[in-house]
Amino acid sequence: MNTQIVLDHGSGGLASQELIGSLFLRYLTNPHLHQLEDAAVLDGQAGRLAFSTDSYVVDPIFFPGGNIGELAVNGTINDLAMRGAKPLCLSLGLIIEEGLAMDTLEEIVRSIARACDYAGVPVVTGDTKVVPRGKADKIFINTSGIGVIRDGVEVSATQAVKDDVIILSGTLADHGITILTSREGLQVDGNLQSDTRPLHFLVQNILDQAAHAVHTMRDPTRGGLGTTLSEIAKTTGLCMEIEEKAIPVQGEVRAACELMGLDPLYLANEGKCVVFAAPEKAELILETMRATPEGRESAIIGRVTDVHPGRVVLTTISGGARLVEPLTGEPLPRIC
Amino acid sequence: MKYIDEYRSQELVRSLTERLHAKISRPVRIMEVCGTHTIAIFRHGLRRMLPEQIELISGPGCPVCVTPSGVIDAFIDLAGRKDILITTFGDMIRVPGTTGSLAQARAAGADVHIVYSPMDALELARHNPHKLVVFLAVGFETTTPTIGATVLEAARRNMDNFCIFPAAKVIPPPLRALMEDPKLQVDGLLCPGHVSVILGSRAYGFLVEEFGLACAVAGFEPTDILLAITSLVNQVQSGHPTVDNCYGRAVAPEGNRKAREIVDQVFKPVDSDWRGLGPIPASGLGLREEYGAFDITRRLEIPIVNSGEPPGCRCGEILKGICQPPDCPLFGRACSPASPIGPCMVSTEGTCAAWHRYGTLD
Repeated sequence: MNTQIVLDHGSGGLASQELIGSLFLRYLTNPHLHQLEDAAVLDGQAGRLAFSTDSYVVDPIFFPGGNIGELAVNGTINDLAMRGAKPLCLSLGLIIEEGLAMDTLEEIVRSIARACDYAGVPVVTGDTKVVPRGKADKIFINTSGIGVIRDGVEVSATQAVKDDVIILSGTLADHGITILTSREGLQVDGNLQSDTRPLHFLVQNILDQAAHAVHTMRDPTRGGLGTTLSEIAKTTGLCMEIEEKAIPVQGEVRAACELMGLDPLYLANEGKCVVFAAPEKAELILETMRATPEGRESAIIGRVTDVHPGRVVLTTISGGARLVEPLTGEPLPRIC
Repeated sequence: MKYIDEYRSQELVRSLTERLHAKISRPVRIMEVCGTHTIAIFRHGLRRMLPEQIELISGPGCPVCVTPSGVIDAFIDLAGRKDILITTFGDMIRVPGTTGSLAQARAAGADVHIVYSPMDALELARHNPHKLVVFLAVGFETTTPTIGATVLEAARRNMDNFCIFPAAKVIPPPLRALMEDPKLQVDGLLCPGHVSVILGSRAYGFLVEEFGLACAVAGFEPTDILLAITSLVNQVQSGHPTVDNCYGRAVAPEGNRKAREIVDQVFKPVDSDWRGLGPIPASGLGLREEYGAFDITRRLEIPIVNSGEPPGCRCGEILKGICQPPDCPLFGRACSPASPIGPCMVSTEGTCAAWHRYGTLD
């Protein structure tokens, strides 16, 4: 077998079949995928279906704490979970640049398989394309997913109401700062790691406890918490009042942000969610989140009010107050 | 986080602001000359905590904002040329000239890279021997020592595919120009922290002696800024202006001699055009003759045409502290961070961007 991806691997011919057989089916083993049909046929499900898709083009493709493969699995699982859905299965589409080392691809596929096994969500259908060198950056991955929403769960950005408590499931900006420092080869003390992980276990636990009390869930990926809250504020016309001192940020992440002039509020997260819940169930939901490994550092960071309609207001550590506007453009380090 | 949390303490901030409220007895106009101060003041929500008699105005302390549009056009023109690889700090990439921005040039095929240090540009030059790698040398005293050290390293390595586009500036001359402007009535100056690390607090002595201006060098944490503002209020009210170094943990009276030596070795003062302020003698830095080979403007014919401000844009007056962002007819309407027209809206440290992002809570 080749040690590098060549255009033939995407031709649909023998090389493609060999790649699928020796790599994908070797790691992604389940009866649906093994059928190698044009579409996976799934059993009917009780409840409403949720359907989501996302594409992953991260640079670098391997970073401390993860790689593009598990990011693609966890990202779509989380998108489904944020609507209160239990993820059932995923599709996996790969666009690979000619010349990618076969070992690299194998490592990515292995980590996709590991992420799927851990989450209990299989890849049931897939596709591979190879493009000439220079027409893609190493590898792009698309994952789509289907999930099922049980009765009584109504979670959406429009459902947040006044007096809701805003709970964040853990520390901010771990993924964003890890990618930025890895991309630029910056040496930062400490142990910066991406937080990529699936959140559907945490979500199902809180829905088991208090389905009706959970109004909105979002994972603050690109654009970070600041942009996510701004979107919810705009959608609902309500005010999100948050406390800087209540927002957990790891020491090394804060230090790196200070160094680069970046605000952790706007950096990406890949394993965190923000939950809007009725105040009477907030403590119960917080305890439930803290009882799961992915929500151990959950914290109440604010409340929904009608003081500044459509805006996000941050009370700073120093006791001041300021607006939090959505991110514009990419977060860029300052000149001096 | 040690050495940061202490300077953001809510109790300390409250006690400092209470003291300010108790002390102030007349209106005091303070200019913060540094873009990082502008951002820090907004980011920590300090404006709303200060007495109403204190008016804070932002000066020309963002290097991106004061770079004339003609120079930005020249950057973009250069980026579009064959076999040129442009390296720049991130702030510069979205600034619009009259013909677009470096980001747009990159989308159209130009080879434009964001770097975190000018030394990274040298590495790019090493890996791209068939390209001429140009670093856009924009910045103030804070940035120029590293740029100087990079030129020295390029000379040591005899690199012939590395150049800088000299566009760096120094802070004292525009401060003199501002204070000579009768339209700008300022009582005190919040002197820039990072710049002062290099320059030293003594560098502002002429502002006290010639203009009777109260000066306080400030760090970037809330308590640093509040201490410096308190000092300025005291100086103004007592009628005894001085240069008070309120950032003693980083700034020495004589600054950083080694850094200045590097700058002096590589650069020489040249007249320079400032957006909003116009030409100011000896306010820019050009490469000395012996390093002329690393000056792209000497190696290639690069026309710099002063194209003026976009119609309606008041960035020039904002940079002079004559008007505030909401006074500009474009602010928040045609000009926003999503579609900036003037440089003050583009740079992360620009006054308009800060006002737009943080400043309209009331």
